[in-house]
Amino acid sequence: MVEVANVKKRFGSVSALNGITVTIRRGQITSVVGPNAAGKSTFLKCLVGLVRPDSGEIRVGGHDVNRDWRWRRLVGYVPQAVHFPENLSPRELFAFFRKLRGTPGADGRELIELLNLEASLDRPVRQLSGGTRQKVNIALAAMFDPEILIMDEPTVGLDPLTSQRQKRWLERERARDKTIILASHVIAEVEELSDRVIFLLEGRVYFDGAPREAIQMTGQPTLERAIAAMMEQGS
Amino acid sequence: MRQIATLARYSALELARSWWTACYCLFFMVLAFAFFAFGEEPAQAVVSVLNVVLLVVPFVSIVMGVLSFYTAREFAELLLAQPVGRLTVFFGQYMGTAASLALAFAIGLGIPFVWYGWNAREQSGTLVALLFGGILLTFIFVALAFALAVRTENRLKALGAAIFLWLFFALVYDGLILAVIVAFSSFPLEKVLLGLIILNPLDLARILILLRLDVAALMGYTGALFRQFFGSPLGIVAASACLTVWMALAVAVGASTYVRRDF
Amino acid sequence: MRLPQLISNSIIAFAVWLVLWSLAGRASESAPNGTTNSQASAATLVVCPRCAIKRLSDALREASAGAKIILQSGIYNEGEMTIEKPVAIEGQDWPVLDGAGKNQVLTVKADNVRLKGLVIRNSGKSYIADLAGIRVEGARNCVIEGNRLTDNFFGIYLASSANCAIRGNEIRGNAVSEVFSGNGIHLWNSNRITVERNHVTGHRDGLYFEFLHDSNILGNVSENNVRYGLHTMYSANNHYSQNILRANHAGVVLMYSRKLKVVANRFEDNWGPACYGALLKDLDESELERNLFFHNSVALYADDANRNRVANNRFYNNGFALRIMANANGNVFSGNLFEANSFDVTTNWSSGSTSSFDGNYWDDYRGYDLNRDGIGDVPFWPVRLFGLLLEEYPQAIVLLRSPFAELLDAAEQAIPVLTPHNFADQKPLIARPPWSKSQTSKSALAQ
Repeated sequence: MVEVANVKKRFGSVSALNGITVTIRRGQITSVVGPNAAGKSTFLKCLVGLVRPDSGEIRVGGHDVNRDWRWRRLVGYVPQAVHFPENLSPRELFAFFRKLRGTPGADGRELIELLNLEASLDRPVRQLSGGTRQKVNIALAAMFDPEILIMDEPTVGLDPLTSQRQKRWLERERARDKTIILASHVIAEVEELSDRVIFLLEGRVYFDGAPREAIQMTGQPTLERAIAAMMEQGS
Repeated sequence: MRQIATLARYSALELARSWWTACYCLFFMVLAFAFFAFGEEPAQAVVSVLNVVLLVVPFVSIVMGVLSFYTAREFAELLLAQPVGRLTVFFGQYMGTAASLALAFAIGLGIPFVWYGWNAREQSGTLVALLFGGILLTFIFVALAFALAVRTENRLKALGAAIFLWLFFALVYDGLILAVIVAFSSFPLEKVLLGLIILNPLDLARILILLRLDVAALMGYTGALFRQFFGSPLGIVAASACLTVWMALAVAVGASTYVRRDF
Repeated sequence: MRLPQLISNSIIAFAVWLVLWSLAGRASESAPNGTTNSQASAATLVVCPRCAIKRLSDALREASAGAKIILQSGIYNEGEMTIEKPVAIEGQDWPVLDGAGKNQVLTVKADNVRLKGLVIRNSGKSYIADLAGIRVEGARNCVIEGNRLTDNFFGIYLASSANCAIRGNEIRGNAVSEVFSGNGIHLWNSNRITVERNHVTGHRDGLYFEFLHDSNILGNVSENNVRYGLHTMYSANNHYSQNILRANHAGVVLMYSRKLKVVANRFEDNWGPACYGALLKDLDESELERNLFFHNSVALYADDANRNRVANNRFYNNGFALRIMANANGNVFSGNLFEANSFDVTTNWSSGSTSSFDGNYWDDYRGYDLNRDGIGDVPFWPVRLFGLLLEEYPQAIVLLRSPFAELLDAAEQAIPVLTPHNFADQKPLIARPPWSKSQTSKSALAQ
């Protein structure tokens, strides 16, 4: 579904992505992990076309990411932190995105219930807590039932209950043959959910495989330990 | 096009609910009412309003333009991940910001103008020109703000540059004109001055409105020449072309960077 | 025909006959009187198209000194007429003397001539001769009163005359260009003339005086003339008061004259490029008092004008209230009101000056008055830096009303460096003087 071939990106003198080649399949939850500044966010932004790679090629559903924008109707993206317009309410935001994507039918009722958002629908964003904003963020990406979900730290700021609900929902979506790509640094969560882990270190793919394989390879009891061991090895 | 309109509407809606926009609108309303109520002559009031408009509209437009660009920047990450083109997002945000500021300005001045316009019907053409000029300046200076903000990662740096740009157009440029006049006073400078004035949207707007007012009589030979030029088809075309080019240039610079940059 | 009808018809016929008879009788009576009785001082001649005397020139030939000629309604197209005896011509129901666009209409060469109630129109126009509706040459004690002069080259023209009164005439010209047009009332080399309550419009200068002395110019209205409302050259000891000079290229132009008194006049709407309310050039020892200058491009311009007193005038809503050139010395400006002018004072030099300001009211004054004596405690510098720049670099006018110009002025007002030091009002008034209160309302201005 998503094919990344030898992608490189520098920000000034800092090399963020250093030749990345991966293929991400549908019906799987793929997690991108790595230490801070390993290039997780940059990688995800490249996938949606927010960051233009210096070289290499990215194809999503067969479309060249940087040639066109129509393919993005396949994608739902949850950025790490969004600064919503302060004076609009979630209901207005949902309506706005429906209009923008030209999908008037997607009312997202299921997600609003799942994330327990009803009470906040008509309050301006500036009055909402960080957690509620994150729920709005997730709802905005998911309500259009996209083929590919790209989520940057989706559980940050969520209460444990909502966090659990979100995981169940993601598993359901996987069962519906969706492509789900997460960036996260909560490794326990990743271990629980992921079919596949891509470990980025200094802009390279250091490990790519099932969590189980990482544990076997390093001989550690948990994925978290395994990742830590790989980090030590790598640096 | 539909997407630009949607984006512009929401970005305008956001600004319209902002406290600052309301203040801006109210400011002009109070100002104009005060000048018309306490000034003895409608023409005098128009001149006083003109002075404030020429200072405040570009300043607020460029500062609010920069600020609203940065405020919308993180949100723009989400917008750009939607099935819309980058140009669409850029134009949508630009149109929304400029239109809502222009609207706040137009409502703020428009209500007192309509109110007092009945008593000063001979000034109504000038009032319309003043409104129109203010709106054009808003669009130009928001475009300049976006062009600056797109290219500058640091919000404070962009704000500083914006204020400098405003100072340049509002004050420094006229200082340079004066320097030219003093340095070349023995030459017939009218045509050069005409060119210099037309290049600065603030000067152009000021002169166009002054020429409609009776203070134009104080402008002597130079004023007569300006009046003749701006009354001719060539002058009208040149003036509107210059204003449009400023806006188009700033929008183009902003848009071209916006399309290439990373978020 | 029935009887009542017959009676009424006879009565009408009789009435018509009676009227015709009485008119014919009077005409035949007056004709011999005018021609024969040359001694009678109060003799009266009647001229009308159907009278015995049908032409004014005949009446003038026949009239004796001191005669009164009643000119009845009609159009008299008789070429140039000259009055060489002291007679009074009085029009009844606006008789018209028409110059047919060829010649002068009436020339007065005798003393004690009185012209009243005449319509005098269409004098000839010429580049070489000053053709006029009424021309008075070397005469004394003339009275020209309540006439209507329309479409003449010059209206009323007095040369080398004295003790005349020109009163209540309506003078309307059709001048288009300054070059080929004459003045409304033109006085040359004359003394002790009263010019009162005339209304002049559409001429070159409404009122033009050259070598005029000891005269009184009072309550005239001179407006919409192609050049000046009132123009005075080489004159002295005249008194101008309560005149209204409106919408001319310049209101009053006083040149090469001295000891004139200009009191309580209104100079207004002399608006346009290079238009003036009052232009003083080589005017000395004169007084301008209690005048209103309203909406003039330049209200008062002083060039080589010396030792004049400009007091208690109101300068309201002008472009430049005062423009005082470097060669204007010893003038005193006191007790004047400066309000809503684009520029209060400009001058073409920045060093010392011997003209002075004292106790004026300036609406731009932002000083304070701690001891509450009504006089500001800090001086006011009325010359704006931008105004000074304009004198030196007229093209800088393109910066009019720009924030930069305002900034220059604000800086200079805070720390006066470049503007003339002596051009300061050391005793600026804090409030408008009491006399101005009656004038401040809009309705008073709109009169």
